[in-house]
Amino acid sequence: MMTKKLHGNAVLLGKNIDTDQIYPGRYLALVEPKEVAKHCLEGIDESVRKRASGNILVAGTNFGCGSSREHAVIALLNAGIQAVVAGSFARIFFRNAINLGLPVMICPGVSQHIADDDELSVDLQSGKIYDITKKTELTSEPLGDYVLHIVEAGGIKPLIRKNMERRKIEGENKETVHGNTR
Amino acid sequence: MHALEKIMAKASGKASVSPGEIVMAKIDFAEINDLYLQTIYSFYEMGGKRVWDKDRVAFVFDHYAPSPTMEAARNHAEMRAFAKENHLTYHFDIPCGVCHQVMPESGLIYPGMIVVATDSHTTTHGAFGAMGTGVGATDMACILITGELWMRVPKIMRIRLEGEPPAGVFAKDVILDVIGKLRADGAVYMGVEFAGSYVDSLGVSERMVLCNMALEMGAKTAYIQPNQQVIDYVRDRAVRPFEVMTTDPGFHYAEEHVFELDHLAPQLAFPSSVDNVYPLKKGEGIKIDQGLIGTCTGGRAEDIAVAARILKGRKIADWVRLIVIPASREVLQVCMERHEIQDLIDAGATIASPGCGPCLGAHEGVLSANEVCITASNRNFPGRMGSTDSRLYLASPASVASSVLNGVITDPREYLKDGNGRESGGNA
Repeated sequence: MMTKKLHGNAVLLGKNIDTDQIYPGRYLALVEPKEVAKHCLEGIDESVRKRASGNILVAGTNFGCGSSREHAVIALLNAGIQAVVAGSFARIFFRNAINLGLPVMICPGVSQHIADDDELSVDLQSGKIYDITKKTELTSEPLGDYVLHIVEAGGIKPLIRKNMERRKIEGENKETVHGNTR
Repeated sequence: MHALEKIMAKASGKASVSPGEIVMAKIDFAEINDLYLQTIYSFYEMGGKRVWDKDRVAFVFDHYAPSPTMEAARNHAEMRAFAKENHLTYHFDIPCGVCHQVMPESGLIYPGMIVVATDSHTTTHGAFGAMGTGVGATDMACILITGELWMRVPKIMRIRLEGEPPAGVFAKDVILDVIGKLRADGAVYMGVEFAGSYVDSLGVSERMVLCNMALEMGAKTAYIQPNQQVIDYVRDRAVRPFEVMTTDPGFHYAEEHVFELDHLAPQLAFPSSVDNVYPLKKGEGIKIDQGLIGTCTGGRAEDIAVAARILKGRKIADWVRLIVIPASREVLQVCMERHEIQDLIDAGATIASPGCGPCLGAHEGVLSANEVCITASNRNFPGRMGSTDSRLYLASPASVASSVLNGVITDPREYLKDGNGRESGGNA
């Protein structure tokens, strides 16, 4: 996923966008990703929701604060949001996004530099964000080695699957039973 | 090292850790609530067969207890089946209450441990000298398979709370004041320790309020050094031996903030963010439709006791609903024995079964457009409790009680002239 370049228009949001706005609590019993996606950004307003699909969310600090609901990331992913670029992210939302492969970029002050509906090009590899409308360039913060490790594996699920596979093979080689107790 | 760092070092088999370092920590207890059926799906998607330790995993049915919809009922059914198949030692079905109340009551929370739950308010367990943090469904599924979670060692912020607030001012007012000043992003990714003369003397219930709401500043986890009251509470219940960690003298905090509480007044978070805090006086007279006393923030025995003290022998305003939801079955039973539930019903309250209630907009008192609710819960985001056109004010349980009495936001101090801002005889 990190080799990809993304292209879309900025959908500008404020700071402290909480997960109730991204995915309202009344739909938390839903599990099917397509059903979840129908309620993406329903807590903000109709116009934002309509413009968001296929585009890039640009927000202030503390994006994704509040509830730990993974539905928020599942909704954004399945509603076709390409990436979220924010001044900072709330911790649980950030982990969920990395785990599930939603591109998230930390770029302090980004919401002051990019205007709503600006045309953007984002290079996930280098962390560069090009504002094509304004002809400016911003750089996001490095993700850190371990986070990159997860991202490069395509998310936490393939990583864990791979690790389990490896453990199983090591276990068989050693002919011990430690690999898979209980 | 800080006590939190010592907990993380021990869990990851290291002599020491420092901020910014990524560690793979062994998890002492993992809890999944009934919103997160995705946990089970992710578990199987990653090739999970059995949970890593049947004594260290539990489901708590709290957000949808009892189930309000067919989807929620399906979540419960699939979770029950998973719990049974994995022979889980602990299972907390619909009568039990909110996970953050039920786990400590059941002895599953103790000093020095790491507890991870699929709920952001897992910071609550810092009240017991434990490290608690919330995760999403897929992180939790990783824990169920491996028993471990990768974590970044956080920087630690110390918040010193000094002095003694006046009568009628509670831990909820204190933490709202703190969040109002440090803001909703004031502690993102940090460990928050509460200390100072006010905190030293607090009991379990009030410590839980502070640590619970630390999340609303973005904290990864919270911590309070256990005092004798905490040790006594835990010793009677803990299912395992425990070790209390202590911070080394001279530990350097990344940030420190000091609050003097001697003159603090009741506080109110206005719509629609938790840091939009002013003295309650500013909101006095605002007409309300509903009051909520309950949740992992404001539904403990002490909270219901102070509400009963204010409302006993009186009637709530005729245009107002008061919803009271004890945080757990244990809390409900304590309050029933003390006749407080009867007093509240006589005053016009609606009692709902232990759980999260309408806090997240699921059931048991969601709001229509243009309705106003004053609530002892923890969030007032747009649409949190129902319509995005409803308005939520956060306050202490006492402020909720005095407000429903008059049908408008009301300072509780005129009803609490005797005694300090603490209810005694509680059971956390």
